Amino acid sequence: MGRINMRQMKVNQKGRIASVKVAGELGRRIRDMGLTKGAEIRIQGRAPLYDPVALRVRGFTLSLRNSEADFIDVEIDD
Amino acid sequence: MGKQLEQRTIALGGNPNAGKTTLFNALTGSRQHVGNYPGVTVERIEGFVRHQDTEFHIIDLPGTYSLTAYSEDELVARDFLTEMKPEAVINIVDAANLERNLYLSVQLLELGVPVCIAMNMVDSAKSMGISIDTVKLSRLMQVPVVPTIARSGEGKEQVLDEVMKLASAGGNVNKFQISYGDDLDQVLIEMEKVIADGQFLDELYPGRWIGIKYLENDPDVVEKGEQQDPDLSKQLLAMVDKVSRHLETTLGTFPEALIADYRYGYIGAILKQGVIKREYPADRLLLTDRIDRVVTNRFFGPLLMLAIIYGLYQFVFTYSQVPIGWFAIFFEWLTDVVSSVLPDGLLKSMIVSGVIDGVGGVLGFVPLIMFMFFGIAILEDSGYFARVAYMLDRVFSIFGLHGNSVMPFIISGGIAGGCAVPGVMASRTLKSPREKLATMLTVPFMNCGAKLPIMALLVGAFFAEHQASMMMLITLIAWGGALLVAKFLRVTIISGPPTPFVMELPPYRLPTMRGLLIHTWERTWQYIKKAGTVILGISILLWAMMTFPGLSDSDKQVFIQQRQELKQTVPLSVVQEIERKAGGEPVTLSTEALSLRKKLVLIDNKEGEAGLRGSVAGRIGISLESVSRFAGFDWRTNIALVGGFAAKEVVVTTLGTAYSLGEVDPEAAVSLGDTLKRTPGWTPLLALSLILFTIFYAPCFVTIVAIVKESGSWKWGVFSMVFNTVLAFGIATLVYQIGSAVGFLGG
Repeated sequence: MGRINMRQMKVNQKGRIASVKVAGELGRRIRDMGLTKGAEIRIQGRAPLYDPVALRVRGFTLSLRNSEADFIDVEIDD
Repeated sequence: MGKQLEQRTIALGGNPNAGKTTLFNALTGSRQHVGNYPGVTVERIEGFVRHQDTEFHIIDLPGTYSLTAYSEDELVARDFLTEMKPEAVINIVDAANLERNLYLSVQLLELGVPVCIAMNMVDSAKSMGISIDTVKLSRLMQVPVVPTIARSGEGKEQVLDEVMKLASAGGNVNKFQISYGDDLDQVLIEMEKVIADGQFLDELYPGRWIGIKYLENDPDVVEKGEQQDPDLSKQLLAMVDKVSRHLETTLGTFPEALIADYRYGYIGAILKQGVIKREYPADRLLLTDRIDRVVTNRFFGPLLMLAIIYGLYQFVFTYSQVPIGWFAIFFEWLTDVVSSVLPDGLLKSMIVSGVIDGVGGVLGFVPLIMFMFFGIAILEDSGYFARVAYMLDRVFSIFGLHGNSVMPFIISGGIAGGCAVPGVMASRTLKSPREKLATMLTVPFMNCGAKLPIMALLVGAFFAEHQASMMMLITLIAWGGALLVAKFLRVTIISGPPTPFVMELPPYRLPTMRGLLIHTWERTWQYIKKAGTVILGISILLWAMMTFPGLSDSDKQVFIQQRQELKQTVPLSVVQEIERKAGGEPVTLSTEALSLRKKLVLIDNKEGEAGLRGSVAGRIGISLESVSRFAGFDWRTNIALVGGFAAKEVVVTTLGTAYSLGEVDPEAAVSLGDTLKRTPGWTPLLALSLILFTIFYAPCFVTIVAIVKESGSWKWGVFSMVFNTVLAFGIATLVYQIGSAVGFLGG
């Protein structure tokens, strides 16, 4: 078990949301889309310029900028 | 006659991409109307459907994931529900994406509105191996749930049956509430009591909901609360503050985050009780994922995107040429008819140059706008649009824009030859307010089809050896300028943090033709109705500026006398020859007659020049000369540029009139180019200065009207006129002055 920042995650890597450390509009958007503590995610891919990132959460695909992913910590197995 | 129909107002809400518009179309058919909510630019779509003895008035709320106060869309949806109090809300949810869709349902239920859930796309969920037990879900959440397939209209009657039951119950709904954990539940009970005792905002919202919004720090509700009862509001905020500090120390979290956690927790707990059955693991690769592997691939993705964007561009500007041609033929015919029926004079001039040109101008854009909305609707409904934003956001976000800004830029002339009117309208696909405003204010810098003849004229005359590279340079300058100005605006007057990108990449779907056609037609009709009247008015105003006060009778007399003197120098037969020819007789003119006609045309052109010079526009042009000479422009150029405010197409024609060449066909302005080259002072440097000015100065007024409509305020229309002109003049002056000082390009 390790805890890393979402920006560091590789394509196809899985994990669970450990914390979303941002309030205000951005925090709200992130949580509204289902990235809440404990939610399981898998990195689907990255845009051609490595940013934004696309991930699978709660059965759909979500994309967010790396600068937004910076606020999200993920617990990964292995 | 049949009995009186009962009218009931209901709302349709749901996540984007859940099939909301498809269900709305299935319910209302063509009985719908697109407008705007008062004071905001959010589209308000409403329609009617008759069910048994009831006429339902359905409001299609904007598609949202949540009901916060952070976006106009969500505020509009929330305010509609609390202020207009519809008798029921149809909440459409995507069966294949239930967890996140129910997040909005929970918020709707908390708001205390009577909700009926339409479980949509049960067929495609099934094909993905997902089946939903709607009976169980209905029992667990205490709301009616109806399976639907909006595409085929399946289930819509049952939805209306349930809505009917809800409406008949008179809004008497079960109190829905979920637990937010001991700490928050405790404080919510206390808050609810304070709120009830003080009758705080109770005409609008349920007490517990107000408490939750205070805990979520919702600026809209807190502001409304402060207005109604500042003391009670302070009391509530103190309670929020206390529990926040407690949560911070014990759990390291804060109320807003905890509330979202518990909402998803509630949904997860319900779904786990056998509501969802999956044949495959939840994170199985779907067809959409496989398509995405190719479509957003690092190498292949951008190439495909270029091809699709180019294809859309071709579609909008090539195929629309056919209907545009029909309009042009019709208006030419109309002009001919009016010209032959009405006597020469002001009335004729106003009808032909003011009204017909104005209406023609309005309708001339219609095919472009229709094709643009149709093309973009295909990309949007299919899900590809979100991928474009995904792939290009890295580039556009540098300049404070959004990945989806690319479409407005391309359509406006990012590929030379577009049009800023549909381009500005395309900016409505952007959901981020600041990015959207910055986009619509900078797309007019692109080289639209009407600027091209000006560029072609100047490049052809002054940069004949480097035409291709010069046109390329012009395109690059437009793009670079637009992006830099966007960045400038985003750090000055439209400053503020980037709107969160956080965006769903929806599954790929085949758009329905019906949805595309309704979407396209409603929006085009809105343009004709709303922009049409304004544009017609301004068109007549500009006509008046270019016409009045015109030549005085004594000045006209001078030209009449010149003509008569000229005619007296030749035998009468030669004059008659020309008159017969003008009357439509097939006469071959003698050389004397040809030479006479040429001289007469010269006088006509001189009269045209004098008339223009004496008009309001001309006087503006002359009075501006003292300033404009810093950029190298004389009064003739000034008048043409003033005319370009009406439409950039006018610049070349007006320049022709100002140089006594008569009406110049913008497509074949070789003679004008030659004249300019021979005119002292017209150096390649001046041409460059004029090219730069043309790229950046005020958009044509149709574009300005579009900016006003899309931004919801005249302020931004006026801003783009003034700011762009000042910017353009600054750039042109800089280049002209420095160029003159160092002798660059013959300056």
